[in-house]
Amino acid sequence: MPYTSWIPFAAVAVPFLVTVPIVLSSRRPNLRETWTIAAAFATVGLVVSMLPGVLDGNIPELKLFQISPAIPFTLRADPLGLFFALISSSLWLLTSFYSIGYMRGHHEHKQTRYYASFAITMAAAVGLAFSANLLTFLIFFEIMTFATYPLVIHRETPEAIAGGRKYLAYTMVGGLALLGATAWTYSLVGTLDFRPGGILTLDIPAAQHWGLFLLFCLGVGVKAGVMPFHSWLPTAMVAPTPVSALLHAVAVVKAGVFGFLRVIGFVFGTSVLLDSGAWQVLAILASITIVVGSLLALGQDHLKRRLAYSTISHLSYIVLGAALLGTTAWMGAVLHLAAHAIMKITLFFCAGAINVKTHRTLVSEMDGVGRQMPITMGAFALASIGMAGLPPIIGFTSKWHLALGVTEAGYPIFMAFLLISGLLNMAYLFPIVYRAFMIRSPHFTRFDEASWFMVIPLALTGIFSLVLGIVPNVPLQLFRLAATIAASVTGGGG
Amino acid sequence: MVPLLGAFLASVLGWYRAKLAYTVTLASVGFSLAASVTVLVDVLRNGDVQYRLGGWAPPIGIEVAIDPLSAFVAVVVTAVALIVLVPSRQLMANELPAGGGGPYASVVLLLMAGLTGIIITGDLFNLFVFLEIASLAAYALVAVGGGKATVSGFRYLILGTIGGSFYLLGVGLIYFMTGTLNMADAARLLPEVQNTTTIVAAVVLITTGLGLKMALFPLHQWLPDAYAYAPSAVSALIAPIVTKVYAYALIRMYLSVFPPSYITDVLPISTVLVILGMTGIVFGSVMAFAQQDIRRMLAYSSISQLAFIALGIGLANSLALIGAVLHIMNHAVMKACLFLAVGSIRRQAGTASIPQLAGLGRRMPLTMGAFTVGALSMIGVPPSSGFFSKWYLIQGGIDASNWAAVAVILISSLLTAVYFFKVLEKIYFGIPEHSQNEAVNEAPAILVIPTWVFAIAMVALGVVNAFVVSGILDKAIGPNWGI
Amino acid sequence: MFDDFLARYAYWLTTVLMVIGLYGMLGKRNLMKKLIGMNIFQSAIILFFIAGSVKEGATVPIIQGGHHEAIDVAAYANPLPHVLMLTAIVVSVAITGVALAFLIAMYKRHGSLEEPTILGDMQ
Repeated sequence: MPYTSWIPFAAVAVPFLVTVPIVLSSRRPNLRETWTIAAAFATVGLVVSMLPGVLDGNIPELKLFQISPAIPFTLRADPLGLFFALISSSLWLLTSFYSIGYMRGHHEHKQTRYYASFAITMAAAVGLAFSANLLTFLIFFEIMTFATYPLVIHRETPEAIAGGRKYLAYTMVGGLALLGATAWTYSLVGTLDFRPGGILTLDIPAAQHWGLFLLFCLGVGVKAGVMPFHSWLPTAMVAPTPVSALLHAVAVVKAGVFGFLRVIGFVFGTSVLLDSGAWQVLAILASITIVVGSLLALGQDHLKRRLAYSTISHLSYIVLGAALLGTTAWMGAVLHLAAHAIMKITLFFCAGAINVKTHRTLVSEMDGVGRQMPITMGAFALASIGMAGLPPIIGFTSKWHLALGVTEAGYPIFMAFLLISGLLNMAYLFPIVYRAFMIRSPHFTRFDEASWFMVIPLALTGIFSLVLGIVPNVPLQLFRLAATIAASVTGGGG
Repeated sequence: MVPLLGAFLASVLGWYRAKLAYTVTLASVGFSLAASVTVLVDVLRNGDVQYRLGGWAPPIGIEVAIDPLSAFVAVVVTAVALIVLVPSRQLMANELPAGGGGPYASVVLLLMAGLTGIIITGDLFNLFVFLEIASLAAYALVAVGGGKATVSGFRYLILGTIGGSFYLLGVGLIYFMTGTLNMADAARLLPEVQNTTTIVAAVVLITTGLGLKMALFPLHQWLPDAYAYAPSAVSALIAPIVTKVYAYALIRMYLSVFPPSYITDVLPISTVLVILGMTGIVFGSVMAFAQQDIRRMLAYSSISQLAFIALGIGLANSLALIGAVLHIMNHAVMKACLFLAVGSIRRQAGTASIPQLAGLGRRMPLTMGAFTVGALSMIGVPPSSGFFSKWYLIQGGIDASNWAAVAVILISSLLTAVYFFKVLEKIYFGIPEHSQNEAVNEAPAILVIPTWVFAIAMVALGVVNAFVVSGILDKAIGPNWGI
Repeated sequence: MFDDFLARYAYWLTTVLMVIGLYGMLGKRNLMKKLIGMNIFQSAIILFFIAGSVKEGATVPIIQGGHHEAIDVAAYANPLPHVLMLTAIVVSVAITGVALAFLIAMYKRHGSLEEPTILGDMQ
């Protein structure tokens, strides 16, 4: 039963308000970073505190005020929202530690702006997670777009500014499409509340239905990097690595994917989509993205760009799972949201650590780096195994459910995509591990890891991906949560 | 009612005392604001207020009629004017030779008297008189800058007079057909004669006339020069409120003079307004992008934003009209903020040319912060107020099944982002040539604080927009206006 | 047709005046001529109002002898348009005054009232 509670609001407000002390203490880096970490801890604590209640079906909710007549500004921690908030806030905590090591290691400028934008982005991510209707969602979606802009252009080189411009152009188009779709939905059904099973009904004319669906796909698809709207993502790699890690594992792209889940499961509803068949378009787009993204990743020598294409491909796993509309497929999709977040953030952390320590960015320069940085590369290896979907890493659990979902939906053709892409994953990630450990290089002879601020978070995420792979329910009951979500959306037995 | 009239008298009185000009100006505009707020509360609680000047009953006497819409616009206009006036003295002193201040203050009072008169009057001819008073003051204010400003002021005068004369001609036609000049009376009598050529001509003339005054594309030629060459204090005052009041006059005409079916059925005026609005939005944005002077850029952006209001009127349903009226308020606040920021830039850095703004983000962080907030609101980033006027306009477009309009509104956000980010990139990441801006300091508090008041107001108005819409605008416009 | 035209000669005249004024304002290059055009335009509108209120055989609307007997409306011209036009004349005089002030300022600065010259001077 929903009950009124200030906790969801507090979880959004804390990271948002912490920007004030961050900006005020700009001359004292230690204090500033203490604020960041304190806020991150507080947010995680607030989010986790809601977990037991939500699992029992008690959903905290807060209606703040009317944002427009008949549309309230509501925050509600339903299972899916809580799931996303859990992932993003806990990874924010790790990223904060990592940022400290990275930013200091690189002697980056304007760190205050960096930490402030970071906090706002996280507030937007948590807000997004808890949004109870489309308009609230849209507001946080747009805040996120503009809060990440200073992060992308952080270096202020012409290349970074061009990248930022491209990033903004793409995501703004997406945001506007979402705005149009939201207004359209409102005029069709007169409500914007997210409801499991959807708010749109079957009596909408087919042309409007398709138009609306495609507009929504454009809106959230840009952020989710679904082809053909993906090309901002590799360009945005000019950002500092912790940003890439957070953008690609948690915030922006996951906001897009999360948007897909919301739109498919809570606006359209599975029955309406099954009826019209619009899901097939999305499933096919996602499948193409999965394979083409992997192929493009194979061709990249720049480590971060390779990871970026891999992200594009993996996000579409989630989209595919959601588009298949089955209970198991949904569960796979939701689990992959978490799995990919943890694995990809590990990979990016590793890339950043290598970069800080050795100033190398190309895959072909990685020969023997494992000798100098065994912990980093160990974590990298763990995450790579998971990305390829091999047990016992968490990537296996989610892919397993996806594969089951595909069979359940009765379209084995998508299975082929999954398998091909799994192989491609190995092809683009394993050689890096191989180079790092097996090829010797005169440059890397002794043990010399990056700062502990960086090594500990990445080791932690690496271990998490292993632990969650073996016992997905242990730390945060992610598995149970995912099952609840899938059941509520598809109305199945889960 | 009486207090508002008192304020109007006070402003005329203040005209005679040039020495205390600024103080008197501030005091009377402040009084005017207080009166408007009182009247607004009164109107919302007790219904419309009428006041008969000189005790003559309408339709013979001149009537002042205040409904929620006019009270709302009056509050917006006086509030924005008051805040802009606070730093105007510093801005004027910087850009004009000594002694230019006295006339400025009294002309501002004249302007305010004209504008409040337009807002509250219930009489067609009276509206013309106030229209000309306000315009005359505006011409004079623009021309105060001297040099180029005089030339653009003269152009403004010629085109503005054509607009005013067209309006007068239209009013004359209405008078000959109905024998009344009272708005309510005319609205009662017009349906009987609505299909005559004379009234059709009257509608066209009034629309053209007011369109010229509000710089509706393609009648906008006077605006860029006037805004760009006028002193900063003047553009910060004129840009936000003057054209908005004319837009309000246009809404007033359609809302309470002409029969509602008129602009949709009898004449294709709504279609014309929609098409002009759409063209104007795109045209203004593209031209804004091409400008090298930030004031000209803002001026073209005004043209584009006014076209939004015209589009909202043209869509002819309650939601779109709510969007249009909300945009009158939002755009007033946004433009005031942006022009004040530009005024501070000119004062501190002595330039308004975009390429020379490089690196000012670091030198004037507070001013530029406010400018950024204003720019984001213009783009329509939630939760700033600019987002919500677009939200209602889009809904209005969907309600009218006008998909092209919806698409243009959406795309315009992108175009706005393009030209504003061109400036923002320059301000924050541009590399200054010859370290020209190194000695520039932050503007004094008297400039920074009003600018930030507007910046904060933008976000606050966005957050409370539901209150404004359901509390005031719904009553002002009514749920079933138009088709 | 032609009778109609003649019967409404006053309107045609004002229309012609109006067009002349409009042409002067928009077409002429000399700013002074623009201003004169504006004045012609405004006069045309004033004439239009006056012409519209004419009544055949009516006299000045001054009622003598109090309000005892009923007033024959047809015997008096409608005073309202005339009053309005007095106001309009005041407005137009004010605008002309301001415009002349602008012209003087421009002439002092540029030594000319030809628009191309002034624009060229400004560049």
